[in-house]
Amino acid sequence: MTALYSDIHAYLAEFEDIPGTRVYTAARARQGYHLNQFAMSLMKPANRASWKADERAYLDGWPLSEEQKQAVLARDYNRLLDLGGNIYFLSKIFSTDGISFAEACSTMTDMTFPEYRQMMLDGGRSPEGNRSIRANRGAAERKS
Amino acid sequence: MARITAGVGSSHVPLLGVAVDQGKTGDDYFGPIFEGYEWTREWEKREKPDVVILVYNDHASAFDANIIPTFAIGTGERFKPADEGWGPRPVPDVIGHPDLAWHLAQSLILDDFDMTIINELDVDHGLTVPLSMMFGQPTEWPCRVVPLAVNVVTYPVPSGNRCWLLGEAIARGVASFPEDLNVQIWGTGGMSHQLQGPRAGLLNREWDNRFMDLLEGDSQEARRIPHIEYLRETGSEGIEMVMWLIMRGALGQATRCLHRHYHIPCSNTAIGHIVLEPAQ
Repeated sequence: MTALYSDIHAYLAEFEDIPGTRVYTAARARQGYHLNQFAMSLMKPANRASWKADERAYLDGWPLSEEQKQAVLARDYNRLLDLGGNIYFLSKIFSTDGISFAEACSTMTDMTFPEYRQMMLDGGRSPEGNRSIRANRGAAERKS
Repeated sequence: MARITAGVGSSHVPLLGVAVDQGKTGDDYFGPIFEGYEWTREWEKREKPDVVILVYNDHASAFDANIIPTFAIGTGERFKPADEGWGPRPVPDVIGHPDLAWHLAQSLILDDFDMTIINELDVDHGLTVPLSMMFGQPTEWPCRVVPLAVNVVTYPVPSGNRCWLLGEAIARGVASFPEDLNVQIWGTGGMSHQLQGPRAGLLNREWDNRFMDLLEGDSQEARRIPHIEYLRETGSEGIEMVMWLIMRGALGQATRCLHRHYHIPCSNTAIGHIVLEPAQ
């Protein structure tokens, strides 16, 4: 490994320190493999038709955990990220629902879609206070 | 001899493709973005590249989760616009340059870059949106394209330094191609954006502009930016900017900036582009 990334454990551990973010690591790619392949299958019109006709039956054709199936049915995208979903694959689900990327993004935040859209028009979410869970905790402790 | 005459770094936001395809490029929302590219469109008309080596990433269009090539080169005769779930974009097929692509594949492998070789490849917005931004809406694209797809989705993605080194190796490969070709290299993706989780919508104007500053002149600093910095500062999808470093590496020791533009927002994304030429 290069000097920049000499310790794979330290490299991966840092990814868990970013607020409100699930980095798509190998561990998540492994956990979410079938979930992502299921989502990818919705690229084909025939599959979209079967999916729309009976979502549960379509899901049961894939080797997903019950938790993953429930999260798909609930369109709980944060939960799906936790269960190994990747947003580019998950986008096939919300595209099939006729929902834009921006609207789907808003469902993962604490904002409504109009609020999220306004935030983007106003310059987006600031990185201030959003860089590190550790740093935020330190700042909170210093305050109290 | 073939030679790399210029490099372009550019966002490849899918909504821009929609704006072009639906004729909305002059409206209040998109106008300022497309005006920023006007200089570059005129410049491309004068430059008339024979081939563009177009560095981009696939967004679960041609590749599923099964096979994840870190660096892949498209050696086919032509590449169709991908159906990303709502039908393919109404843009011309992308015409490849198999002779140059195969030459590059061989040169790169002999130069220690173990490329994945792809013959049949549908190309998604990552590749076709930059073509629309630089060339508008011609009935045929005005140049050949060698697609170079990079994994910037599943970690670990390649390091900035590795991308820079690949760019240097591409420049050597182009220089040993016997045909007289005017070749450009484009690095696409970014700039800051996050499409997932409670932090979705993060943008970072200061960082993005500093990144563009680092591509001008002879600075080597950008190749040492660690993944964690892109993640913290530019959102989970800002990591796409490592692909700009392949372009930068291919331009040699130093560059001169001919044009740059930056605008917020475009959909969920900060949009930027920079036009560079080698300064030896």
